[in-house]
Amino acid sequence: MSESFSTSAGPSGRGRLSAAARADLAGLKARHPEAFRLSPRNRAMVILVPLAIIAVAFGAMVALDFSLIRILNGLSRLGRFAVLMMPPAPEGRFFVFLGALGETLGIAFLGTLTAALLAFPVAFLAARNVIPNIFVHFGTRRAFDVIRSVDTLIWALMWINVVGLGPFAGVLAMACSDFGSFGKLFSEAIEATDGKASEGIAASGGSRVHQVRFGLVPGVLPVIASQVLYYFETNTRSATIIGIVGAGGVGIYLTELIRVLELKQVAFLILMILVTVAIIDFISTRLRLAIIGNKKIV
Amino acid sequence: MATAIPVLPEPQARALASAYAAAVSVRRWRGAAVLVTIILLALVSGYLAHVRPVTLVTNIGNFGSFIVRTIPDFSSGNLLADMRAWYWNFPAWLGLLGQTILIAYLGTLMGAVAAFALCFVASANLARSRWSRVGARRLLEFCRTVPDIVFALIFVIAFGLGPMAGVFALAIHTTGALGKLFAEVVENIDMKPVEGLQATGASWIQTVRYGVLPQVAPGFASYALLRFEINVRGAGVMGFVGAGGIGQEFLVAIRNFYYSDVSAILLMIIATVIVIDLVTEQVRHRLIGFEGAR
Repeated sequence: MSESFSTSAGPSGRGRLSAAARADLAGLKARHPEAFRLSPRNRAMVILVPLAIIAVAFGAMVALDFSLIRILNGLSRLGRFAVLMMPPAPEGRFFVFLGALGETLGIAFLGTLTAALLAFPVAFLAARNVIPNIFVHFGTRRAFDVIRSVDTLIWALMWINVVGLGPFAGVLAMACSDFGSFGKLFSEAIEATDGKASEGIAASGGSRVHQVRFGLVPGVLPVIASQVLYYFETNTRSATIIGIVGAGGVGIYLTELIRVLELKQVAFLILMILVTVAIIDFISTRLRLAIIGNKKIV
Repeated sequence: MATAIPVLPEPQARALASAYAAAVSVRRWRGAAVLVTIILLALVSGYLAHVRPVTLVTNIGNFGSFIVRTIPDFSSGNLLADMRAWYWNFPAWLGLLGQTILIAYLGTLMGAVAAFALCFVASANLARSRWSRVGARRLLEFCRTVPDIVFALIFVIAFGLGPMAGVFALAIHTTGALGKLFAEVVENIDMKPVEGLQATGASWIQTVRYGVLPQVAPGFASYALLRFEINVRGAGVMGFVGAGGIGQEFLVAIRNFYYSDVSAILLMIIATVIVIDLVTEQVRHRLIGFEGAR
C-alpha cells in the first residue's frame, strides 16, 4: 500500500508522507494500536515459548543427573587429555591407520553405491506421478521411513549376526540405512520433475516404459547423482564410527585407543580422518558442481 | 486438416544426422567412462572392505531366521498375556526412551545456542574481521567432522558413564552442523535493513538484533527442529558407548541373543522416531508457512 503510494508520488511524496506520519505519531498510535504492538497471541507466544523451552531444559538436566561438580571435574580432565594429545603422533602405526582408513572409504563407497542401485528402481514405486495407486506409493514411502529410522549402527549389529564381524557387515549396514534415505529423496526428485517431457513422449506414441526411460530418467539422473555424492560425503564420516560395534574401518582403533588413553595416537588418527574427509568433500563438491551447478540439494 | 511435414533436403539432413550421432557418441563415451570408473572403484572398495559375496549368499538365511526369531510367540488364546510377556520390561524401556529424547533435546538446544552465537561471526556478510570468520568456520568444521560418538567416547571417560556425556557429545556435533546451516541462512538475508540500521549508527549487536534476527528466526527454528529429528536417532545409539539412553539396553539384548527383546526395543525406537519426524515436520511446515505469509 505505502509502496504503491510512494512510487506514484515520487521520493518527495514519500518524504512528505513520513513527515506527516511523524507529526501525527501519537494520533496514529491511538487509532491503529495493533500496528504498533504485538497482538496478545503473538506476545504470549514470544514469552511462553522460550519460557517453556528453558523449563523443559532444566527439567531434562535434573532428570539426566547433571551436576556442576561432575562437569567441573570432567572439564579439568578434558584439559589434561588435551595436553596429553600434544603432539599428535602415529607412534609407528601410520600404515595400520592408513589401511583402516582405506577400509573406511571402501565401506562408504560400496555402501552408498549399493544403496543407490537398490533404491533407484524402488523409488519409482514411491513416486505419485509414476504409480498413481495410493496404496503402493504410500506403503513404499512408509517402508522407507521405517528403514530410515533405524540407525546405521543398529543395522550393523544385525548384519554382524549374519556375515560375522568385519567391514562387510559395515557395507551392508550402510546400504540398508541409506536405502531408506535414498528411496525418500529419489522419489521426491522424481515427483518434482515436470510432466511435460513425459507428455510429449506419450503424445508421440511412447509407452509407459518409454515415458519413464526418456521422459523422467534424464531429468532426475543429475539430481540423483548429486544426492548420491552428497551422501558419500556424509557416509565417509559415519563409516569412521561403524567400527565401534565391530563392523570395520578406523572406528575399532578409535575405540580401543580412547579406552586405553593412547591420546597422541587418537589425536593423530582424528587428524587423518579430518584430512581424508576434507579431500573427499573437495572432490565430491567439485563433481556435484559439475553435475548440477550451484543448486541446493535435499 | 492435414499438415505436410517438410522434409529436409538430403545433404542437410545427412549433416544434421551425423552431427547428432557425433554429439550422442561423445555422451555415450563419457557415460561409459564414468561407468567403468565406478566399477573399478567398486572393485577396489570391495577388496578393501573384505566383501565376501559367498558368505552373504550362504548366510543370508540367517538374516531371515534372525528376523523370524525376534518375532515373539503369539497364541490366539491369551494375546494380552503374550503381549505382556513380550514387553515384560516396558516401564523401564519407556523411561530409557524418555531419557533418549531428553538427551536429544538438551543436545540440540545447547548446540543451537552455541551455533547461534557463532553463525553471525562465521557468515561472510556480517563478520567484522576476516580472521574471526575463518576461525569460526574452522571451529564449526571440526565440530561437524568428528562424529558425535567419538566425542561421546572421550566424554564418557572425562565425565563418567551416563547421559551427561551423551548430551555434550551431541551438543558439540550439533554446534558444527547447525552453525554451518545458520551461517548460510544469514548469508542469504536481504541486506537492506542491515544497511539502514548501520546508517542510523546502530552497533553491531543492535544491527544483528533488529536487522538480521527477524529475517532468520523462522529458518533457524526450522533447521533446529530438523536437527532434533536427527539427534533423536543419534541419541538412540549413544548407549552403545555408555552415554545414556536406550542404546545400552538394545546392545545387551542383541549381544546376548534376547531375540524378543530386540524386536520389542527396536519397534519402540522406530515408533518414537517416526512420531517425532511427523510432529516436527508439521511444526516446520507451519514455521515456513508463517515466513511465507509475512
